[in-house]
Amino acid sequence: MSAEVGRKPNIWQKIHIDRPLLAGLLTLSIVGLFIIYSASGQDWDLIIRQLTRLGISLGVMFAIAQVPPSFYQRWAVPFFIIGCALLVGVLVFGVIGKGARRWIDIGVTRIQPSEIMKLAVPIMIAWFIARKPLPPKIGYSLFGLALIIIPTLLIAKQPDLGTSLLIATSGLFVIFLSGLSWRLISGFVVAMPAVGAALWFFYMHDYQKNRVLTFLNPESDPLGAGYHIIQSKIAIGSGGLWGKGWLQGTQSQLEFLPERHTDFIFAVFSEEFGLFGILALLSIYLYIVLRGMVISVRAQDAFSRLLAGSITLTFFVYVFVNMGMVSGILPVVGVPLPLVSYGGTSMITLMAGFGILMAISTQRKVFTS
Amino acid sequence: MLNWRKRVAIRDHLAEANLFLRRTIVALVIVLVLIGSLVKNLYHLQVDKYQDYQTRADGNRIKVQPLAPNRGLIYDRFGRILAENSPFYSLEVVPEEVNNMDNLIVELSQLIELDQDTIEDFKKNVAQQRRKFKPVTLKSQLTEEETAILSVNQHDLPGAYIEARLKRYYPYKDLTTHAIGYVAKINQQDADNLELEGKSANYEGTLDIGKLGVEKYYESILHGQVGYQEVEVNNRGRTIRTLSQQPPKPGQDLVLNLDIDMQQLAKDALGERRGAIVVLDAKDNGILALYSNPSYDPNLFVHGISSKNYKALLDNKSRPLINRTTQGRYPPASTIKPHLGLLGLEENLVTTKTRIWDPGYYQIKGIEHKYRDWKTWGHGWVDIYRAIEESCDVYYYDLAVRLGMDKISDFMTQFGFGELTGVDIYEETSATMPSREWKYGRFRQPWYAGDTVSIGIGQGYWTTTPLQLATSVSVLANEGIHYEPKLLKATQNETGVLPVPAQDRPPIQINNTTNWQVIKTAMQGVVEKVTGSGHKAYQGVEYHAAGKTGTAQVIGIAQDEEYDAEKIAEKYRDNALFVGFAPVDEPKIAVAVVIENVGGGGKNAAPVARTMMDYYFAHYEEAKP
Repeated sequence: MSAEVGRKPNIWQKIHIDRPLLAGLLTLSIVGLFIIYSASGQDWDLIIRQLTRLGISLGVMFAIAQVPPSFYQRWAVPFFIIGCALLVGVLVFGVIGKGARRWIDIGVTRIQPSEIMKLAVPIMIAWFIARKPLPPKIGYSLFGLALIIIPTLLIAKQPDLGTSLLIATSGLFVIFLSGLSWRLISGFVVAMPAVGAALWFFYMHDYQKNRVLTFLNPESDPLGAGYHIIQSKIAIGSGGLWGKGWLQGTQSQLEFLPERHTDFIFAVFSEEFGLFGILALLSIYLYIVLRGMVISVRAQDAFSRLLAGSITLTFFVYVFVNMGMVSGILPVVGVPLPLVSYGGTSMITLMAGFGILMAISTQRKVFTS
Repeated sequence: MLNWRKRVAIRDHLAEANLFLRRTIVALVIVLVLIGSLVKNLYHLQVDKYQDYQTRADGNRIKVQPLAPNRGLIYDRFGRILAENSPFYSLEVVPEEVNNMDNLIVELSQLIELDQDTIEDFKKNVAQQRRKFKPVTLKSQLTEEETAILSVNQHDLPGAYIEARLKRYYPYKDLTTHAIGYVAKINQQDADNLELEGKSANYEGTLDIGKLGVEKYYESILHGQVGYQEVEVNNRGRTIRTLSQQPPKPGQDLVLNLDIDMQQLAKDALGERRGAIVVLDAKDNGILALYSNPSYDPNLFVHGISSKNYKALLDNKSRPLINRTTQGRYPPASTIKPHLGLLGLEENLVTTKTRIWDPGYYQIKGIEHKYRDWKTWGHGWVDIYRAIEESCDVYYYDLAVRLGMDKISDFMTQFGFGELTGVDIYEETSATMPSREWKYGRFRQPWYAGDTVSIGIGQGYWTTTPLQLATSVSVLANEGIHYEPKLLKATQNETGVLPVPAQDRPPIQINNTTNWQVIKTAMQGVVEKVTGSGHKAYQGVEYHAAGKTGTAQVIGIAQDEEYDAEKIAEKYRDNALFVGFAPVDEPKIAVAVVIENVGGGGKNAAPVARTMMDYYFAHYEEAKP
């Protein structure tokens, strides 16, 4: 049993806050504020709004940390069903914004059901997989896959391909961590390209193929889709080893870089702080990921382990996808850099996820024999 | 057993925990591999290709803007400014700074006159302009009054500015057009030429280019060297700050030989009459006056001439666009008799003693046709002096036929007839010094003796420009020394004045140099002897002048028909010519005057030449002995 058992719980444990994790998150948020300040052209209004959002997110995290993990286990199914119902609702009554149907107007505010699903899916799959002894049987795992596919398709239909893939990934992580047999995993790895090729040759129209090609190679369209990525690579490359200095990035300060304080904020950071700055930033992210892994390994039951592991790995995937897209090795999908990019409801969801991690970390049941 | 459902009681918790740990370690390895691939790619961007991206980042932000040099000014020989760069004011509007464009236009039209077309054009330009912080011109060439009104009210007109731009201005207007020419907007053809000459870079930022006259000929001296400034711009092209600057080098100023007072005098002397006056400094053939009447205001072209105004100039029957001094092809008539007389003496076909009987007409042996003298009853016995003084035609009919066209053509070419004079403007014709080859080439016909007869009195195929006439008479006065006529006297920049040396051509060599004196004496007789054809005009002069009158037929007169100016339509009346120089002993000034369709040269052209000479001797220091 773990080392904390029997020790008197300190004040942090009483309020269910994992101190090392909180330290990492706060450090990252502060770095984010500095970069937003630079990227927005010293806009204090933006900083105030980001601080407010950060405060709300931390509040949400704190509140969720107080809820015992067993609560999610019990409510996993209703949570998931409501989420899926809302996704169907979006497709029927949704509000259109930026060319996609992603919101439901509930009078006082708009809600974005895909954000709810970012947590509802891993909770649901973790509950489903943890019902049976691990590793799961192949047939049972395929059942789990089917559960993942439902919300994935609903979100892809909005259309929001990026989010749907990330949500699918969070579910797949649960299945991977549960010990799905390597044979099946390698089977999938081999099958995926085959399915893609089949779609390409037998199903897709030329204009769709073109869209995919531009998506995969944006530099073929330097004034359109490629403009973002070209300017971004110039910003990163011209930062060099040491960077141009805070507030000194010409690509960002002179506004050549689009989406500077949101999706492309990593380019601003790279331009102003260089490769060494990036290594420092990556260290903070890695630290948070490691802490998440420690929490999940130490978790007391299969559901908590799987959920914590999935949340942690999904967090890393956000970081990797964002940095990969901004530096030009991944296609451009609208994924912000966690805790550094300005705004988005995604920050609240993210902190809610860390709230669950904290609950798992601190709400331990004392074993009695 | 905790709160697990009973049917999962058989699971092995330790094995599950170990399985999860193994999977987490695998995940961690994958995470580290992915981070490694990110870092590898970032290293590639920021270290391997750093220089490349650094250059591209600078390319984004740094723009090089040309700074147009100020064009050199043009002065006359006494330092009076003939072409200057003066500020013109225009009303410009920055769309970005205007709250309500329609209101602004209404307010502006209450202050100054804005016609509907101007407003429409302006609105179209605003709509087309994507960079809203760049000014759009609403009205150009504001009057002083408009500028003043707008300046006073500017604080009520946010977004509206008065912009001053330097534009060429020619204060003497039509007086200098044919000599100085003008500048106007660089058009596609100019741009192509600059590209061909490899000068495009130097003209970045330059709006106008010399189109005519000295402005065109000395474009490369006047223009100067373009400067550059490096500015930092943002993604919309707005200038953030200037990084460095290499100032432009202004063009050099030109000092011309021209005397604007003499130019005015020439204009006044011609009045309403069409014609041309050329006055040369006989010492080096610097051009003191080069005036073609009628002329036009060159300032019209600087701002882009309206098609209405341009059509008016084109349709004007007096053809003001033609530079008569260098492009007018006039039969030289009797003004070339001194030159022919010199050739006659040189070839020993005549001497000062030779006398010829003039019955009033000339006939080639065996041919019936009578070539008439202007004096119907003839001059009687004439020697070379009288032949020049009284302008005897028969003497020269005879001499020309005896010389033959080949010799005439060769000799006259040495005076510059039939060739470009070398004057420093491009608007020039070589006119025609006919020869056997020329006639065959042109008409596929042989040269007839009858053609030579007309050449003897400067008619027939022979045409000259007034500048050629002035140059040739200067060569005569200087006994064969031949300088090209030039407008440019010196160039001038901040370091000082640099005189431009005169360009000489091979001098005319003759065997008996006293023949020059014979001809000059005969020309002196033209104005000083009572019988001289120019005497009346030169009565009472205080210097010794020499000259030759000319009266050119514009149409052929039939045999036995009398020329009667009164009966003939104006455009068929004779052209009046006069060439001369002074003082006879030490020539300082040479003049050629051509007046179209006014009649006799002695009566009409000689007084004008005298006016020019009088002015020279009254006002020029170097004229005083």
